[in-house]
Amino acid sequence: MKTLMKPFDLSQLSKAHEVRFAGSEGMEEQLPWPQFTVADLNFFYGRQQALKNINLIVPNKRVTAFIGPSGCGKTTLLRTFNRMNETIPGTRVEGSIRLAEKDLFSVPATTLRRVVGMVFQKPTPFPKSIFDNVAYGLHLEHRLRRTEIADKVEQSLRRAALWDEVKDKLNQSANGISGGQQQRLCIARALAVDPEVLLLDEPCSALDPISTAKIEDLLFELKKFCTIIIVTHNMLQAARVADYVGFFLSGELIELNRSKQIFQNPEKQETQDYITGRFG
Amino acid sequence: MANAALSTPGIPMQPRGLEKKQTWLERLRKGDEVVHLITLSGAWSIIVITGLLVQHLWVYSAIARHTFGWRFLFTSTWDPVNGLFGAWPFVYGTIVTSILALVIAIPIGLGTAIFLAELAPRKISDALTFLVELLAAVPSVIYGLVGIFLLIPILTTAMPYFQKVFGWLPIFSGTFYGVSYFSAAVILAIMVVPFIVSISREVLLAVPVSQREAMMALGATKWDVTWRAVVPYARQGIMGSIFLALARALGETMAVTMVIGNVAQVSTSLLAPGYTIAAVIANEFTEATGDLYLHALIELGLVLFAVTMIINALARLLMLTMRGHEVTG
Repeated sequence: MKTLMKPFDLSQLSKAHEVRFAGSEGMEEQLPWPQFTVADLNFFYGRQQALKNINLIVPNKRVTAFIGPSGCGKTTLLRTFNRMNETIPGTRVEGSIRLAEKDLFSVPATTLRRVVGMVFQKPTPFPKSIFDNVAYGLHLEHRLRRTEIADKVEQSLRRAALWDEVKDKLNQSANGISGGQQQRLCIARALAVDPEVLLLDEPCSALDPISTAKIEDLLFELKKFCTIIIVTHNMLQAARVADYVGFFLSGELIELNRSKQIFQNPEKQETQDYITGRFG
Repeated sequence: MANAALSTPGIPMQPRGLEKKQTWLERLRKGDEVVHLITLSGAWSIIVITGLLVQHLWVYSAIARHTFGWRFLFTSTWDPVNGLFGAWPFVYGTIVTSILALVIAIPIGLGTAIFLAELAPRKISDALTFLVELLAAVPSVIYGLVGIFLLIPILTTAMPYFQKVFGWLPIFSGTFYGVSYFSAAVILAIMVVPFIVSISREVLLAVPVSQREAMMALGATKWDVTWRAVVPYARQGIMGSIFLALARALGETMAVTMVIGNVAQVSTSLLAPGYTIAAVIANEFTEATGDLYLHALIELGLVLFAVTMIINALARLLMLTMRGHEVTG
């Protein structure tokens, strides 16, 4: 499937706004494949429009951060990527999203969510043991052997940089570990089914700085095999972890560009205002 | 003294109002003490009432206890004329009807609760819940009448066909006359379903959205989410609703006595008539002539109390062992 795809021109990142990269240094880096291609996306909660005519490309195996003030639609967009919004009655989507080459809305939602994993704002461990939490997604579909599951659990916990902290208490309740560990457990749980994309909805907003740093370090490792989209309120975090940053304001994508560009030389006045804190 | 660093040297920093100890009266005026006392007395009253209850049952069953000893529990003769009293048929009837009622009521109640909480649109769910809760408010004598005039005729018509298939089982053998353990259990099941539905639905609705979403984000289907996220999370509350239903079933008197047949016998067949503890106390209390008869009936009350306690304890033990398999926080 991937052979059909063309690497995209970086100028297409935010087609709606004709963003161009200054200079030619953008061409030096290896061009990524588009993971998501969003075209003319509108989203409604009942009558209220939460996303307005969104056009963007999310690059493969990169960290893309969505920033913007509360209620700007960034979380709504994130939850559109794994069709989580469908579970809320009265919502409506217009426009198209392609996951690689496939129409996102033609895939069954349960299949899609195994390819596009998600981690939420608050850690959501299940009231089960640490091991069972990670193995949960594996039990859902695959018929794996016991040893395979154990291997997979260990691999996922290692990837989530949690293995060393929990390897001696895998059978203990997941509610007994700290909030930061719980959040990494949730990341491990999402990784266990080998997703192509990991959606993170403000994953550090309930965590202390040390746990936050651990998760940020983790993202650098994870993007080797996973596309990551992170919604964050913390602009420093976006600057630290993201390769690309999209700025949203009242349901519109104002600007999407490489992280450095956004934070050092944004094209739009609104972006400038927001990142310098002069906003509102 | 964290404040010491902030204070000017030489002048000790004293937070105002903290220097003198509050008197009891002052705290009383602030209300904490009052609330504490009110709630504490409420809690104590439960212990006192239960204690008095047991004490009275114990004292007023003395003659029967001394006459029969432990034999009272395990003999099956109930012969007031000759002064022979054995509680086994009633204990048996009580346990059999209650357990059977739960066996019928749990799947129905839980299924209804899950439908109302998880699948039905909110408006339909609320309307149906109102109806279900209305069912809980119907007096038990009405259920007894429903049993006599509706349930028993239906069961009598259906039973020959049922027995053609299942009649070889000892529990469904023998002639069916309508009044039976089975009829009583069905009526009891109808009576306790509202308890299970109403409470279980509330607990299911209280399961955080985050748990459902977390499971859905892993690619779980609605079925998975319900059975592997929502129900396990709500398990304690669901168990609570079942305990309440069990307590109701064990103690139910009126409806049961109207459909169970009131025959002091022990039979393997669920289609035979029987008796329960609560029913016999209600039926015979006014006719109890002689101290031994009266004390035997009161001892039955004591036995019912004990049976309720034991079954509840067993159910709780069962829950604890179930929880052992899946770690809960």
